[in-house]
Amino acid sequence: MIMNKLKLIIKREFLAKVRNRSFIIMTFISPLIMVGMIALVVYLSKSSMEKINVVAYVDNSKFFSKNDFKDSNTIHYIDLTEVDISEAKQIVQESNHDGLLFIPKKDSIEQITESIQFFSQETPSMVLISSLENNLENKLEKKKMLQLNIDLEKLEQSDLNVDIKLSNYSGEKSSKLVNGIKIALGMGAGYIVMMFIIVYGAMVMRSVIEEKTSRIVEVIISSVKPFQLMMGKVIGTAGAGLLQFFIWAVLMFLMLVAGSYFFGMDSMASVQTAQIPTDQMEAVATNDAQFAINEILKLPLFSMFIWFILFFLGGYLLYSSIYAAIGSAVDNETDTQQFMMPVIMPLMIGVYVGFATVINDPHGTVATVFSMIPFTSPIVMLMRIPFGVPWWQIALSLFLLIITFLAVIWLAAKIYRVGILMYGKKVNYKELYKWMRY
Amino acid sequence: MDNILVTENIVKDFGSFRALNNVSIEVPEQSIFGLLGPNGAGKTTLIRIINQITLPDEGKIFFNGNALQPNDVHFIGYLPEERGLYKRMKVGEQSIYLAQLKGLSKNEAKKRLKYWFDKFEIGDWWNKKVEELSKGMAQKVQFIVTVLHEPKLLIFDEPFSGFDPINANLIKDEILRLRDKGSTIIFSTHRMESVEELCEYIALIDRSNKILDGKLVDIKKQFKTNSFEVGLVTDEKDKLLQEISQKFSVSKAEFKSLEDDLKLRINLSNGDTSTDLIKYLNKRALINHYVEVIPTANDIFIQAVKQNS
Repeated sequence: MIMNKLKLIIKREFLAKVRNRSFIIMTFISPLIMVGMIALVVYLSKSSMEKINVVAYVDNSKFFSKNDFKDSNTIHYIDLTEVDISEAKQIVQESNHDGLLFIPKKDSIEQITESIQFFSQETPSMVLISSLENNLENKLEKKKMLQLNIDLEKLEQSDLNVDIKLSNYSGEKSSKLVNGIKIALGMGAGYIVMMFIIVYGAMVMRSVIEEKTSRIVEVIISSVKPFQLMMGKVIGTAGAGLLQFFIWAVLMFLMLVAGSYFFGMDSMASVQTAQIPTDQMEAVATNDAQFAINEILKLPLFSMFIWFILFFLGGYLLYSSIYAAIGSAVDNETDTQQFMMPVIMPLMIGVYVGFATVINDPHGTVATVFSMIPFTSPIVMLMRIPFGVPWWQIALSLFLLIITFLAVIWLAAKIYRVGILMYGKKVNYKELYKWMRY
Repeated sequence: MDNILVTENIVKDFGSFRALNNVSIEVPEQSIFGLLGPNGAGKTTLIRIINQITLPDEGKIFFNGNALQPNDVHFIGYLPEERGLYKRMKVGEQSIYLAQLKGLSKNEAKKRLKYWFDKFEIGDWWNKKVEELSKGMAQKVQFIVTVLHEPKLLIFDEPFSGFDPINANLIKDEILRLRDKGSTIIFSTHRMESVEELCEYIALIDRSNKILDGKLVDIKKQFKTNSFEVGLVTDEKDKLLQEISQKFSVSKAEFKSLEDDLKLRINLSNGDTSTDLIKYLNKRALINHYVEVIPTANDIFIQAVKQNS
């Protein structure tokens, strides 16, 4: 009987979310927006890379020759050494060139390095400046070496390149590209979990507030226990979220198939990677897409997926029950502000700690500790998992997460039980603490 | 007569505030039981405890002779004072959902809803969303949902608020009909005229304590002041008034009559009976009006609360 009622509530909550117009729009439009955004970024960065900057120069130093200012793929040089610097500025401005490089007359190479200037209307891009710097540095270094009587030919012959090949003890080779893929996978998973918790947690909260303001809540809890109503709501909303994930995965898969035909890739290989939507776009964009896909397939995708679901559910249950308690404590959404900070904070910390530490040192102290703390572990642990985490750490982290969410749900239910029947009361933390003991 | 609901020494504290202090009531089967009290007295808390929304700190509740069980919610229907429906859900779907939560099957709920919707002539609302209904319309749906599972015990908290007089009458008739069919009704209200009209039993709660309960007739007897309203036809009103005043405590009374009579309210506090009074008056004037003053529910409410403070 109790299970039946819980089922009824879950079904109602699920349908209420899924039938909502904004859910439908979100589900079908946002993947399109995401693909559009990626395409736009790719297009823009490509076109800015292809753009040729016109740079004029006035070289009074006599250290350089015309050969030192050869046009490159991105820079076209114009020699204005013949004119005065102030006149050159005027010319550059009038003809709308991208900038003016000024090399003053100095006695030594060392002095030159400090005194070169670049004039422009707008702040120039870092790429342009660093390629100008590289060029000048190169040329000056060579001149300096000549001064120091260093044999340039021998120096060139001695130029070597070391490439360290990565592999683990069982002999599996890996590459830096794979490291990048792992980072992308981990970050993507952690970020998705955070976004989902915030979006769907807020949904649970709004739904609680709606029941409170429409005053139906007392009718409902004369038939079911408040705890059942709360859990039904949390689970039903999670169902809507999982459905959304599923639809997104299918859409991503379809787009990937379409994309792989477009890029002429082996579509069978991409079929198998469809489980990891965050990574597909990257793989498509990479030139060695085939290699990347092979590398991805070597990762323990299935167990990663299981861990993702477990940590995701644990984190969602933990936070959404807090959201439900907050919703029960207030009369409208504006009153939730004061309680939102402590909820969003650990999620943000999780993501930023993850971004900052996991990339550099996935098994360092900070990353390990934050992947154990239940309020950040769903995010940080998921970021670490692609790098291979000892099973006992995952188990311990999950265990702590489960213990904590059981405790938090228990406390949240106590607040919820009292809160849903409380109207017109300005609630603070002291009040909430009191409710826990009613 | 058997009691369908008995509460024994219910205590409920909210922090340091005691909302209910040893409250015991007995609700006889198939009666209409008025639960009265000023705002904030603890009525709603008691009703929520009966509905198992809130748990009592101390005390026992018996439903139909047995300790109250979680499943007993299927035999109780509750219309809270603060009530509402899911605004964005359709009327029919929502009614079925709420009925299912009370333990009805989907088909049974549909069948019964059709009956009630036809009866209230609101069949064409079935596919409307609640937000499209007026307040009175939503209240009708709410009433139907409350009684749909034919509960043994119905608890109405201010059932007539939000209804126009025509619909209030409709609801009142339905409440009486439900009582006649075997339901017991607990009725919480501030409107004393409906208490007077409907309630057979009452309990009065004031500042967390039950200060009065029983059959309304018995309570009225208990509260009667042994006063009588009389109209006396006489030529010498002043002289008569003076004479009567010496023997009884007398005050002016107001009522309608055809004669220009002396209208008095006479209080028999000195052990005289009604017969003595009639004999006494009969000798002195023509009695054209003689009635015992019965305290109204309103009088009792105000007096009891005043005495308690």
